[in-house]
Order: sequence, then structure tokens, then C-alpha cells
Amino acid sequence: MADQALDGAASRPLLSLRNVNMTFGGVKALKNVSFEVLPGEVHCMAGENGSGKSTLIKVITGVYKPEAGAVINYDGQSYSHMSPVAAQAGGIQVIWQDLALFPEMTVAENIAFQTVIGRWPRLVNYAEMRRVATNALQRLGVTLDVDLALNHFPIAQRQIVAIARALVGQAKLVFMDEPTASLTQSETDYLLDIVRNLSASGVAVVFVSHRLAEVLEISSRVTVLRDGGLVGVYPTKGLTQSRITELMTGKTFGYSVLRRDLGTSPVMLEVKGLSRPGEFQDVSLTVRRGETLGITGLLGAGRTELALTLFGMRKPKSGSVVLDGNPVRFSSNRDAIAAGVAYLSEDRLSLGLIQPQAIADNMVIASLDKILSRGFISSDRKRSLVNRWIGDLGVKIGKQDDAISTLSGGNQQRVAIAKWLATDPKLLILDAPTVGVDVGARAGIFDIVSKLADSGLAIILISDEVPEVYFNADRVLHMAQGRIVGEYAPGATTLQTIEEAVYA
Amino acid sequence: MRRFVRSHATELALLAVIAVICVFLSFATDRFFTLGNAFDLLNTSSVNIIFAVGLLVVLIAGGIDISFAVAASVVQYLTATVLGWVGGGNWIVGLIIAGALGVALGCINAFLIHGFRIISIVATISTFNIFFGLLMFFTGGVSIYNLPDWLTTRVVLFEREMADGTWAEITLPVLIMAICVFATWALITRTTTGRQLYAFGDNPEGARRFGINIGAMQFIAFGWLGMMAGIAGLVQAHYAQEVVPNALYGRELDVLAAVVLGGARLGGGKGSVLGCILGVLLVSITQNGLNLMGVSPFAFKMIVGAIILAAITLSNTSIERLLPFLKSRRVPS
Repeated sequence: MADQALDGAASRPLLSLRNVNMTFGGVKALKNVSFEVLPGEVHCMAGENGSGKSTLIKVITGVYKPEAGAVINYDGQSYSHMSPVAAQAGGIQVIWQDLALFPEMTVAENIAFQTVIGRWPRLVNYAEMRRVATNALQRLGVTLDVDLALNHFPIAQRQIVAIARALVGQAKLVFMDEPTASLTQSETDYLLDIVRNLSASGVAVVFVSHRLAEVLEISSRVTVLRDGGLVGVYPTKGLTQSRITELMTGKTFGYSVLRRDLGTSPVMLEVKGLSRPGEFQDVSLTVRRGETLGITGLLGAGRTELALTLFGMRKPKSGSVVLDGNPVRFSSNRDAIAAGVAYLSEDRLSLGLIQPQAIADNMVIASLDKILSRGFISSDRKRSLVNRWIGDLGVKIGKQDDAISTLSGGNQQRVAIAKWLATDPKLLILDAPTVGVDVGARAGIFDIVSKLADSGLAIILISDEVPEVYFNADRVLHMAQGRIVGEYAPGATTLQTIEEAVYA
Repeated sequence: MRRFVRSHATELALLAVIAVICVFLSFATDRFFTLGNAFDLLNTSSVNIIFAVGLLVVLIAGGIDISFAVAASVVQYLTATVLGWVGGGNWIVGLIIAGALGVALGCINAFLIHGFRIISIVATISTFNIFFGLLMFFTGGVSIYNLPDWLTTRVVLFEREMADGTWAEITLPVLIMAICVFATWALITRTTTGRQLYAFGDNPEGARRFGINIGAMQFIAFGWLGMMAGIAGLVQAHYAQEVVPNALYGRELDVLAAVVLGGARLGGGKGSVLGCILGVLLVSITQNGLNLMGVSPFAFKMIVGAIILAAITLSNTSIERLLPFLKSRRVPS
């Protein structure tokens, strides 16, 4: 409870918790935690996965009952524990990471669900529904076609719909769990504006995010949790990303740019004039053995489309690709995998891993031919292959046969990388590898990337977070509207220069 | 306009296919494009449309039902037997008995699915076999011809003599079908319960978090289909003038294909009454046309299968690809 820094006199807290303890099966999930939110403030909750953020949110919303001795004060009332009904009635709303929206239903139905549809059987009052939805959107300063089904809108706008829905319930306190995890930079900016509007209209927002730049930009105070305990509450002014990381992990990370000499290393991938109309134009690039090439740019710049083309899943209209000295023209990604290209999908949850299946099965899925014995899968070979990669990449697992969904984001990403390394690739394309991964685990993943490069792999690292490519790539390409518009060497450029170019 | 096209892509694609087939048939046969034939089509499609709107509700709620057609046979048999005991009766009484029996059979499915967490396809394949097995066992496969007079008498609601001396007629099944269609449309689009069914099918977990009663959703969906199946069973008995135990056996797949063709999604959350009707009509128009053209009945199934495949391919292809001028803005490169 060090560093308590409160303005004190300013205003009475909307919510305050003291002495909150929670134990799950002998493990202390929360240890004597205190938490406080002022009316209308934007408060960030920072901490790694497993630090107790979600548990704390569930205590506040009444899903979990804390151990005796806890004191919860909300909106002038005192409780020993919350109940979901009391939390809802008191205006506490949570926007879950998976949004819990109905994609086939209209925007109006999604927003006004609770008030208009979630009632006892009666006729639907469409006029009231539209009015409620339009009002909620207006409060956010947004106009959307409320009669169009939600699946016509991109994820950022669905996020807005989820926020608007929370507002309909007369929210006083809104929790946002990783709201920007799947948003691009400009969409994130848009969302942050909306959060500011909310806060200005008197709604307190508790923001949970792995992206520390956002935390610094949006919040007035930060509560840091680590291993179920409170590290402290800090005014955002004066904090830096590296300071928050230190507080969250208890470790210090040195950020420095790569300085590897690759001038004589042979070229692994050479792309000349590659084009796919409407997606990317005239892209030329080279990646050397042992080099990490960063590609950054806003979403829609054509980064993923380019990666999918190099991976054989889309066919280029014109241009040439030379891999390890041989001109290649893939007719499917099976060809690309056979030729030594591996692609780590940007959407780990739905595309990169088969969530309900076992860790071991996920890891060998792309290299089944390596574990065959007389034409059938050999469980011994599978086990030894899996053990090798788990050891090499430091994946923390319970059993090989546990479902992949039991792992944390960082460990899942390691399994996804291992899956591709098991195919013995020459070129590894990493598309947004740290989405939804903690700061501490990110460092671990980039350690792996750096080691892989040192072992001679050519790596393309795609990310819309400029610092990520700046600190982890030998060269950085900036893509915009399907073209490569800039090339930077991190050793000879400042981070700010690239960020200004990209976000301009 | 664009919004309408985007949210009704399937219905529009189906309408287009039906229009093409109709134009073709109008030129290929002289009987197709007559009022009499159009009314015939409605009369004969009524039973399938009633089945289809019932099944639609289950599909919207994220389930599937294989048992409804044999359930309708069971209802036919039981209703005929009950009417035989009671004696007399009329359409209202008959529909109430058939509807109630249907609801009861539908609730058996809902109970298995909700109570024991059996996935709906497995639960209803089981009840399909149980219903049909029980029916064949207890009837010994014997048909009932001795039906009440009111049930076997044709009821003509509208008639008109055509120039060639034939009569164009709309009969009672069309009215019953229209009521069922309207009731289903009202249920799924106008009531909060209907919208909850959509929500439940679309995102069950999301619906649960909103405190929607999941069990009630299953009972409403399968109960509604049961009611429609019971009504369709009685109408079919009226149309056929007899009750044959295996008359409806196999109908479930035809209806399922038509409903999915009409844009309902296996998996829930999507589907409309209009699409459903168009799906059934497409199949019956094709069959009717082949009949009039004198095509061998042995070729029917094959051609109907091909038409279903063509139509579903067309409606799955995004409307923007078919009609490029509707495309929304795209960054020029």
C-alpha cells in the first residue's frame, strides 16, 4: 500500500473496497486488496494475466463473494458483498472482452436488448427500441444505422455498440476489459475519445488494457496489481510505460534497438514488384538469413494481405518471389509450408489455434508427417517432439493433453510459434504476435524471436504497434494504402520519427 | 434501398431464381401460367409451408429437428382415433386436438434437449425412430380411411371459372397455412419472445448473461414446431382423405432443405418467414413445372436436387459480387 497518492479533498469516491480477500482452491487470488474509483474519472487497472484484475471485477459486479471482513462502499451505501442484481441496479456495467453481442440482430436490438427485448412476453416496441438506441449512441457522439444487422459493422463499431448498451442501463461505473485488443490505432483513438466523452458526462470508467500507451493516454490514475496483491495507486502524470511494466512485473526490462551486422548474410526472401489490385501494389523487399524485418502501418494498409500472399493463400497478380535462391509460385499454402514458409496468424483465438484441442495436438498439427511411423501417428514421436519445443520455448503447461484454452495468452502464442517451428521453416511470418499478451510475456516472446533469428531464420514481424517493430526488428518498413512508403533502420532513427510517419 | 438489398440478399436471390424458372415454364408449357395452376400450387404447398415455418423457429433458436414429420403422422393417427371416439367434431376441435398433441410431442424433444443436454440432432433422430417405431408397431401399418365427413369434405374458399371451363379454386388448407404463416411471422418479429429466440440462437452465452430463460426458449421453439407439425398433419390428412402411417416419412428432409434454402442458418440466429415460403415454393414450382412438361417422375428428385444446389450457391455468393454497382466504397489503389 505504498505510494498512495490521492487528491483527498476533491470528491468522495463512487466506489471503494477495502480488505478484499478471495481464495480459490487454496490459491489466494486476492490478498487484502483495496480499490477506489472517483465519480467520472478514468481509472486504469494494470496487471499481468493472473494478477487478480478479473477476480476483482467479478467481486465488484457481484459474481464472486469475497471472504468475510471486506468492506464495499458504492454510491453512498455499504455492503459486505455485492450481488449481480444490486450491481446492475446501481449502474455498474461491464463490457466483457468477448462483447456478448448478437451479430445477426440489428444495432437497435443489441443496444436496447435489456430494456426492450429482455422483458416478459409482449409485443416489441420498435419505436421505443430505436429511440433508446439512438439516444445512447448520441450520448457517445456517434451515428450508426440502427436498423442494420450488427455483422455489417467492423469490430470497432461493435465495441461502440457494446458501450452504448452499457449506457442504456443508466451506468455510473463502466468496466472495460481489454476494449482495444482487436482494434487498430485509429479505431483505438476513436474509442479513447468516446471514453473521454463518457467521463466528461460523469460516468466513471475503469479501463483494463495490456497496451500501456493507452493507459497513459486515457487515465487519471492507475491501480497496479501483482499476484493478487495491490502494488499501489499512482497518478498517471509522471508515469512511463517502463515504470508501469516494472510495477506490474516487479522486474526491469531494458529496451534497446537491435544492432546486428547482417551485411554478408545471404538473402532468404526477395520480393519484386508484388501486386494484388485493391490490396497491395508494387511491393519489393528482401529479408536476409538471421534478419528480422518489421512491417508496420495502419490496419487496411495491406500488411496481412501481403503476408497471406507470401504464404500462398492468395495469388499475386504480378511480381516475383524468390525464396532461398529459388523462384517460387505457390498455388496453396501447402506448397508454401513445404517450401519453408510459416505464417503465425493475426487472430490466434479463432484462426491460429484450435482452442478445445490438446496442447500437444495443436503443436503437431502443421507437421504431422514428421511424427509418422509406418504411416500412422506415433505417440512416442509426438510426445518427444512436443517435449522438445515446450523445453526450447519455455512454455508453461500442466499436461500435454490439457486443452490449449487452459493456457494464458503468452503461453498460447508460444505454442502457436512452436507449431510452425516444428515444420522447419526458413521464413517465419509473425502477424501481430502480441495481441492479447501481457507485457512480461511479450518480452519472452521477443526473446524467442531474437534467438530464432540468431539461429538463421528469416523473420517478418508485422505489428501496428510501432515500438514493437522498432525494438525487435533490424529494419522497419512502413506500409500505407497497399504500398511501402518508408524504410527505417532503428539504429539510425528515433522511435518518434517512425511513429509520426505512421500515425500521421 | 442498399440496406434492404443487404439484409434481404437471400430472399432476393431466391425470388430471382423463381422468376427465371417461372418465365421458362411459361414458355415451355401452356398450362403453367394460369390462375388455376397458381392456385393448385398454393393448395399443394400448404402442408409443407406450415411445416417449414414451424421448423424455421427451431432453426432460429439454434436447434434442428428431424422428428417433426413422423410426429405429424403420430398426431394424424391419434387425432383420427380421438375423433372416432368422441364422434362428430369440426375443424376447430380437430385443429385444437392436433395442435395440442403436436405441442406435447415437441415438448418431449425440448425436454430431452434441455433436461439432459443432448444435442438437438441426436435427440430428434432418436425421437424420430421412437415415434415412427411406436406408430408402425401399434397400427401394424394399417391406414385409416374412416375419417369424419367434415375432415374429408373439400372446402372451397374462392372459385372462378376459367375461359376453358376449368375451375380455379383456393381451398381451406391455404387459409390455415396463411394463419400459421402470419402467426409465426408475428411471433418471431413482433414479440419480445421471438426476438429472444433470435438472440438465443445467435449467441447462447450472451443471451444467458442477459438472464434469458434458456429452458423456456427450447420449449417455445420445439413446442411451436410441434404445434405446426400437428396442424400440418391434420391438413395433410384432409388433403389425402386418409391417414397412412408412413405418408409423411421422409418429408423432414425436403422441408429442412427448403427452409435452409430460404436463408435460415443451421446454427441459429438467422432466417425469415418470407425466405422460408420462397424456399418451399421454389421446390414445388420446379416439381409442378416438370410435371406439366411431362418429364419422367423418376427424374424429379435429381432435377430438384440440382435446383436446390444452384439456388443455395447463388444466395451464398455475396450480393456485392453479383451486382457490383451496389458495392460500398472501396479505397482505390
